[in-house]
Amino acid sequence: MDITILAAATINGLLLGGIYTLVACGLTLIYGVLHIINFAHGSMLMLAMFGVYYLLMVFKVDPYISLFIMVPVMYGFGYVLYKGVIGRLSNSKDENILLITLGLSIFLENVALMLFKGDSRTISVSYSDIMVELGPTLVPMPKLISFGVSMLLCIGLGLLIQKTDLGKSIRAVAKERVGARLVGIDVDKIFAISYGIGLATLGAAACLLMPIFYVSPTIGHVFVLVAFTVVVLGGMGSFLGAVVGGLIVGLTESFGGLFLGESLGQIGISLIFILILLLKPSGLFGASR
Amino acid sequence: MLRVEGLTKIFGGLRAVDGASLNVDQGQIVALIGPNGAGKTTLFASIAGFHSIDAGRVVLMDQDITGWPVHKISRKGMVRTFQITQPFAKLSVLENIMVGAYQIHPNAQEARVHAIDVAQKVGMGHMLAQAASDLTVAGRKRLELARALATNPQLLLLDEVMAGLNPSEIVEMVAIVRTIRDMGVTVLLIEHVMQAVMSLSEHIYVLSYGKIIAQGAPQQVVSDPAVIEAYLGRGAAKEVAHA
Amino acid sequence: MNTPSTAVLHRTVNWKLHIAVLAVAIAFPFVFPSSFMVNFGVLALFYAFIGQSWNISGGFAGQLSFGHVAFFGVGAYASAIVQMRWGFSPWMGLPASAIAGAVVGLIIAVLSFRAGLKGSYFALITLAFAEVLRILSNSVDLTGGGLGMLIPLKRSAANFQFEERAGFYFVILVLTVLSIACAEWLRHSRFGARLAAIRENEDAAKALGIDVFTEKVKIMLLSGAMCGVGGCFFSQYFLYIDPTIVFGVDKSVEMLLVSMIGGAGTVYGPLIGSLLLAFVSDITRVLTQIQGLSLVLYGALLVIIIAYLPNGLVDLFKSKSKSKTKRIADDVAR
Repeated sequence: MDITILAAATINGLLLGGIYTLVACGLTLIYGVLHIINFAHGSMLMLAMFGVYYLLMVFKVDPYISLFIMVPVMYGFGYVLYKGVIGRLSNSKDENILLITLGLSIFLENVALMLFKGDSRTISVSYSDIMVELGPTLVPMPKLISFGVSMLLCIGLGLLIQKTDLGKSIRAVAKERVGARLVGIDVDKIFAISYGIGLATLGAAACLLMPIFYVSPTIGHVFVLVAFTVVVLGGMGSFLGAVVGGLIVGLTESFGGLFLGESLGQIGISLIFILILLLKPSGLFGASR
Repeated sequence: MLRVEGLTKIFGGLRAVDGASLNVDQGQIVALIGPNGAGKTTLFASIAGFHSIDAGRVVLMDQDITGWPVHKISRKGMVRTFQITQPFAKLSVLENIMVGAYQIHPNAQEARVHAIDVAQKVGMGHMLAQAASDLTVAGRKRLELARALATNPQLLLLDEVMAGLNPSEIVEMVAIVRTIRDMGVTVLLIEHVMQAVMSLSEHIYVLSYGKIIAQGAPQQVVSDPAVIEAYLGRGAAKEVAHA
Repeated sequence: MNTPSTAVLHRTVNWKLHIAVLAVAIAFPFVFPSSFMVNFGVLALFYAFIGQSWNISGGFAGQLSFGHVAFFGVGAYASAIVQMRWGFSPWMGLPASAIAGAVVGLIIAVLSFRAGLKGSYFALITLAFAEVLRILSNSVDLTGGGLGMLIPLKRSAANFQFEERAGFYFVILVLTVLSIACAEWLRHSRFGARLAAIRENEDAAKALGIDVFTEKVKIMLLSGAMCGVGGCFFSQYFLYIDPTIVFGVDKSVEMLLVSMIGGAGTVYGPLIGSLLLAFVSDITRVLTQIQGLSLVLYGALLVIIIAYLPNGLVDLFKSKSKSKTKRIADDVAR
């Protein structure tokens, strides 16, 4: 096999993985803080992507500019959703929450089907076709931009969690709920904020994915499995894990497609997921259960 | 009946149980006491197969059961109850006890009859239809006991079966435990309620920081200075002696 | 204390209910012989049947699976392959699909339970297994790859296709009756009691001598076999299968939905859930012409049920009759 083809696959895998990382960050934050396995993560990303789509089609807003709209809107949506629905149920058994978020994802997916019908949509912007030379391969400009922004946002999120007071509160609640309450932290508010941030990352990811991918009401399924694989691989609740996991998953998808072909190539992600759960469920960087 | 030899269980860097040895003869009621955090429940859990043991052996009825899975140990005849009760919440009291009865009666009807019998023996005959989740603490403790009893065990490991009971409930429970022994079941119990320990046990082991620091007849053990210090702190033995 | 009377010692089977339901089911295609209604009946029973296969492992044993379609798909393909590639009678598809479903159930169960996976992790790994099977069936010649498999139309009973749609109806009715009998048996047997114990509290179950691993594997085997047979029926009724149809997430969700909405862990839960959903589906289609509305409702319904009626709709029927154990207890107390 030609070294340039391998290099191209590697680069493409990393670029895509960078965005998976962003999606996974939200999921791992939600799990780490609220102990909720947000099965609706995929369908929410799908909705956000439709949002970006319509912002471009109807209001002519560039998807990257949409970041400034989608992130706060999704944050708000998450905050309200938590207060209104999720919050009441966060004391239930793990499995119940999984079922509830499953119900939510079915709801969202089919609302989307009703509103948008089943076809896939893509967008193109003025710079969609500009190719950038990156080593041995040519990469579409949007892919590069998306990767860059995604990495910036991940770093930003990491800084938020590590360096700010809010981040400290979030970490406290994630580690020890009762203790956090006892030192005066408004735990419920932190939950709402965390869920909001989790969805905000989806808003951002949507803006970054639309230029290089497509949206249809059912892609939620695809993203859910990818997001869960990244999080489980990296370790539930670990940001470093989300980054490393995201890149590995991106590479797997890329090489899977290269060596096994379009159809069989997708199997890599599911296999990683299965193997990690069977062999090291706490993931690469997660705390053991 | 039961012989534990030098059992050690390590969690990370902590020796939760350190070379503990104890002996329970058939028909005895033996108590395991010690201050909070001494490792008593860990010792029980290790004996019953819930934890893998890092050193030592457990011998039950002359058979080395070290490393056996929990259900195999239970079927051999040693059944433990849990400090924090673990009822089958959505099942009724009768159905809970039947799960135990099924260990020895494959037939549903026989299991049911046996379960009703056991329930009556521990005084739960009038609440068979209640959901386990509706029971009071005392009720749950009794259910925990009844369920274990329904398996016709040789040796019962009772983990703080008196905890959370009021004085009259304690008196009732003590009587029940005695009845169980009179039925032929050997009992090893963890207990903090000294009244129960003193009135029930023939032999006591004291565990502190994972080690057995004393053993013997009840009166002997409670006046042992090492035991007093384990509970009340260093120098306490002298204080008590001077009081 | 008096020994309780013998009458009270049997856990009662509600024969009247079973016979009434069966009578209604048998009469149904005669009372409503139109093609539309018989099809409604077939689908309602079909979802009740595969829902029950989910229910015995998910509801009775508490092992939530998000990937039950894995068993369904292998059953469907096994049945089609046995017929189309190996030339056997289509009826051989029934045992073939049962075996295929059971084998896959065994593999998934042994791998997952040996690794100690429970609750949500188990649910997710079953999803991944189903996905792996979907991708494989999409890429392999044996299963026709992405094109799927077409079973030629040749209506005759010997060919497991029927001139009258009612033929299919009675086949699925028999299967559904068997599945309900299975659930009823679980309610009264030691195996079922052990599964309930495992569902409620695994540690306590172990402490009472239950070999949790083996029991869980056994129920997944049974559940897989049943679901596989559902796949066989599906392929005979619709005569076309492909990876998306028989390994897609939708079926997993539907099996779970009918059971949870109707009542997980109950004998008639899946049937109640299936009837309700089939009804809602037809009503919304007739009244509103909006595609996908019924699933929107199902999703919302699932959320509401889990949050407020965790035992499913069966709960609405229960409070009226005095439970059997209460009657026993009353007798014992006398």
